[in-house]
Order: sequence, then C-alpha cells, then structure tokens
Amino acid sequence: MGDPVTFIAKWFEGVLIGWGLEKGPTAVIMNLVGVIVIVAFVMIIDIFLVWVERKVVARFQDRLGPNRLGPFGLIQPIADVIKLLIKENIYPQGIDRFIYNLAPLLGLAPVLLLWAVIPLSPTTVGTDINVAVLYLVACGAFVSLGIIMGGWASNNKYALLGAFREVAQMISYEIPMVISLLIPVLMARSMQLNQIILSQNIWYIVAAPLAAVIFLISLIAELGRAPFDIAEGESEIVAGFHIEYTGMKFGMFYAGELLHALTFGGIFASLFLGGWRGIGAMTYPIVGIFWFFIKAYFMYWVIMWVKYSLPRIRIDQMLNFNWKLLTPLSLALLMVTAILDKLMTNVPALVYNGVLLAANIVIAWITVMILRKRSKKETPRVAEPRPIARPDAIVSTSASTPATTSQS
Amino acid sequence: MIPISWYLIFAAALFAIGLFGVLARKNAIAILMGIELMLNSVNINLVAFWRYLNPEAINGQVFAIIVLAVAAAEVAVGLALIISVYRKRNTIVAEDIDMLKF
Amino acid sequence: MTPLQIIFIINAVITLFAAIKVVTSRNLVHAALWLILVFFGIAVFFVMLDAGFLAVAQVVIYIGAIAILMIFTIMLTRRVAKDSGAQLNSNWWGGGILALIMFAGITWILTHWQRFQTTAPTIPATTDSVRQLGVGLVSPNGFLLPFEVASVLLVAALIGAIMVAREQKK
Repeated sequence: MGDPVTFIAKWFEGVLIGWGLEKGPTAVIMNLVGVIVIVAFVMIIDIFLVWVERKVVARFQDRLGPNRLGPFGLIQPIADVIKLLIKENIYPQGIDRFIYNLAPLLGLAPVLLLWAVIPLSPTTVGTDINVAVLYLVACGAFVSLGIIMGGWASNNKYALLGAFREVAQMISYEIPMVISLLIPVLMARSMQLNQIILSQNIWYIVAAPLAAVIFLISLIAELGRAPFDIAEGESEIVAGFHIEYTGMKFGMFYAGELLHALTFGGIFASLFLGGWRGIGAMTYPIVGIFWFFIKAYFMYWVIMWVKYSLPRIRIDQMLNFNWKLLTPLSLALLMVTAILDKLMTNVPALVYNGVLLAANIVIAWITVMILRKRSKKETPRVAEPRPIARPDAIVSTSASTPATTSQS
Repeated sequence: MIPISWYLIFAAALFAIGLFGVLARKNAIAILMGIELMLNSVNINLVAFWRYLNPEAINGQVFAIIVLAVAAAEVAVGLALIISVYRKRNTIVAEDIDMLKF
Repeated sequence: MTPLQIIFIINAVITLFAAIKVVTSRNLVHAALWLILVFFGIAVFFVMLDAGFLAVAQVVIYIGAIAILMIFTIMLTRRVAKDSGAQLNSNWWGGGILALIMFAGITWILTHWQRFQTTAPTIPATTDSVRQLGVGLVSPNGFLLPFEVASVLLVAALIGAIMVAREQKK
C-alpha cells in the first residue's frame, strides 16, 4: 500500500470503464487528467517558490523577509499573485501585439513541459520516453525562443539588447550542458531518466563530480541567474527582455524563471544525486516523491546560494569562460570517461567509481594548474578602451595619442 | 490507419511551397527559409519510406540525420555569407547582389 | 476516420498554412516565427512516424539553433527586415506556376506507383529504434563513414562561417 498514485490511477480507470467508456477514450481522459494534476501541482509549488526565494534571500542578507501576512508570511505570495492579476495591462506603442502576448506563454510552458519526463517516484512519471535527456534540451530551445520573441515584440532597445544577450548566453552554454549531460547517459547506457536513476547504485556525483559541476554552472547560465544575469542587468539595461511587461504577463516570466530553477534542481538531482532513490523508496514508491523533492529543493537552494553570493560577470567574461574553459573541459571529460568506461566493463562498482573519481581529480588538478599558469601572465582582459566613450580621452586624444598606444 | 500517400502528398505540397519561396522571394534570408522548407519535406519523405517500407533497417533515419547535419552547416555558412554581403553592399536583396566580384 | 487520421489532417493543415505564411508574409521576423511552427509540425509528424529521436533532434537543431540563428541574422540586417514593401520579386508568378507544376507532377508520378496506398507495418515492441540508430551510426558495417564525413562537413562549416563573417581588420 505504499503506492497511492498508481492505486488512484487504477481506481479512476476502473470508474471510467464502469461508466461504459471504450479503451481509447479512457486512455485520452486518463492522460488529460494526469497532465492537469501534474501542472496544477507544479504551479501551486511555483506560487510558494516566491515565498521560499524571498525568505532565503532575506536570510542571506541578514533580514527577516515577508513575515506579516499569515504564519511566516506564507500568504504573501497569494497576495502578490492577486496584485499581479488585477494590475492594468499596458501595451506600449509600436509593439507586435500577437507576439507580445505569446512570449510570456513560451516563457512558462516549456518549463511545465519538462515535468512530463521527470520521474517523481519509481511509478510516478508522466511519460518515460527513451529520448528524455534530449527532450530536456529541446524544451530549453523554446525558452530562448520566448525570450527573443518578448524582446523583439516589445519595441524597446533595452528589451532587444537583453534578449540578444540572453539568447547568446543560452545557446553558448547549451554546448557544455549537453556534453556534461552525456556523461550520465554514457554511464547508464540509456537516455531514459528512470533508467538513469535505477542504475545509480552509487550516485553519479561520485563518479563524475566535474561533470556535475559543469552541468550546475551551465544550468545557472541557462537560467540567466546571477552571476550570469547580464541579460537583465538592472544597472545596465534596466530589466532586459521583460522590461515592457506588466501584470500577469510579467508574472508568467517571473514564475517561469523560478520554476525553471526548481525544475533544473530536479533534473540535476535525477542525473547526479539519484533522483527518487533513498531509504524505503524501492518498497514504498510514495517515499520517493519525498526524497526527490528534498534533493530538488537542496539544488534550488544551491542555485540561490550562488545567486546571492556572487557579483554579476561581464559579457566577455561570460563568453570566454564558456568557450575557453567549460567547452574544452567538458569535451576532455567526456573522452576520458568514455575510454575508462570502455576499459572497465567487468570490474566491481567500487573500483569503477574509484577510478573515475581519481580521473576526475587528475583532470581538475591539470585544469587548475593551467589556469594558475595563465593567471600569472597579466593579460589585458578588456579590448582597448574606445576613446569615444570616454570624455577625458576625447579631450586628450589630440595631445597624447602616442601615450595611449604605448600603454597598451 | 494512415496510408503512405498522405505523407508523400503532404511532403510534395511542402516542397512546392518551399520552391515557390526560393523562386519568388527577394530577400536572401527568405530564400534560405524556402530551402529549409524543401529540406524538411525531403526528411518527411525519407522517414515515411523508412517506416512504411523497411522499418527493420535504419537507413531512412540515418539519411534524415545526415540531412539535418547538412542543413545546419548550410544555414551557418549561408547566414555568414549574407552578413558578409550586408556589411559590404548594405543590401541582402538577392537581385541586387549581381556583381561576381567586389 | 481514426483519431490518428484526424490528428494528421489538423497538423498537416496547420503546417501547410504556416509554410504558406513563411513564403508570403512581408515581415521577415513573422516569416521566421511561422517557419518555427512548420518545424514543430514536422516534429509532430516524426512522432507519428515512430521516429522519436528525430522529432527531438528536429526541435533541438531546427528550432533551437537554425531558427534562432535566422532571427539573429534578420535583426542584424535590420534595415532590410523593417522594409515592409513588396517582398516578392517581379517573376513571382513564374515561380508560382513552376511550384504548382512541380506539385502536380510529383503527385501524378506518385499515383502511378504501385505501393502508394501501403499502410505501415507494425513494429515489434522489443525493437529500440534509438539504440538501433546509435549502433548503426558507429558500426563499421553501418554508416560510420557517412557519419564521420558529416562531422567533417560540420567542422568545415564552422570554420568557414567564422572566416566569412569575421570583421576584417584594416
């Protein structure tokens, strides 16, 4: 009796058939109900994520956070939602109205789509398709599409700049993300998420810690959260792509961002932390949901921890970091893992994990050595400053042109 | 059940629309879009033939994947060329790009 | 009419309508967005044809990379994109006639093909087409050479695109 989800599903199917429905329509209704239940469940979590986020950031900044409305301020997010719902919808001049209205949907819907393949427990999974890992990447494509549509349709230069930055970042960081995703796929020999979880007798974070770190960094970049929030850098381009959105349309972008963070936490947990696995999850599948959410929330907390601890990086740093460090590192890691995995076909799990862990440590050490060597050479990190942007340079260019060139 | 004819006729229609786009559009990017439509219709045909005539072998899907790779390469180079032409000539209207050397 | 047929017809109508909008709409950004709808419709067809891997790859490559790249290029050549004048050249009617002849010709040839009304054989539940595809792409008896040539082509395109679009330093 540890599996109420399957029990309820079976009971509901029995009721439908009892009403005289055919097999086909019953399956359609069952699927629809499943979609509604999962989406409603996730959206309710989403409302309270606002509360979690505000509470945690308050603790990071030595404040209390929302604490007036209800116990611990728990009713605050509902008040926020009501406020967003009754706000006036403002349409700026010169917008592309249809695309403007469509963009927030594409900001939230792909995140909900992701929950279709994430296994919450051994038996509770929307649909266990055999290309689930690729499906996760495909949904990311729709998010970047929504962002560029919102930025373009707003008819605002800050929005367009923000959208360009965000999409450039998302497309770049997709590469190390996909490559680091391949490592658990390679070790589990399957792209099915449930299969990946089932083969994690020892969590993959032990055998592939570097891949986990690369995946974490690139998922933070994919989310556009600090330190990768150049797309909405408040001090540079006001709010980025959603600058012209008000009311619930802004709310959908915001909800999509928060939920995306939790979803990525869940994906990270499924790939590297054993997903729903934990004490008693095999015999009582319902316990798996508990373990899954513990791990997902832990990863969400890690993402918030990074967000509120690090300052924003510049766009050139963001691109250099991706193309010069993460992509080569993840490629090297994939090759080493593949070769070692092929060599160790019939060894005990302990040896397998130990060798892979050692290989990871060696690669990390080599990377740190290379970085240290590079950091000793002082290289100019920024392009030569353009005189036009600096009033003092404009005044002095005619007098001291040789001086500026000799400095560089 | 859906007979293979539906897929083939759909792909033919998509191919014709793409051909019209290639022949009739002025803008070079729009022409590239037409080419994408044609490549996609070919992909549909390949996968439909694989599924209906020879589902044991994997040839059709492999062909489709190679078409995907070629399409990606073609778009990358094509768009780079378009941007390069735009920088030099300040136009991407295909009719105006009529010098062989500049 | 089975449900699958209804889904096919709805999807085909949407996809063809979007394709027509791609080649006729005046605003290029709109054309690119319609193009995304076409790509998505084709991904749905791949799902209906039991090619799940290709459907997801279609979304990742076409929508996630190619369409976004096109939108970027349209916006980088913005002065042209905003031009809302005629987007069709003077010979568009010739192109239209040729396209119609093409469609009629293909359909006419196809109707003379004997297996035109073939229905799909059932695939046994044990076959894992993703695994089959993966093995096929790397086994020397399968498609190893075309696969490698495709990767060489991609590298060449990568280098070529960078070289062509690079800003020349004077």
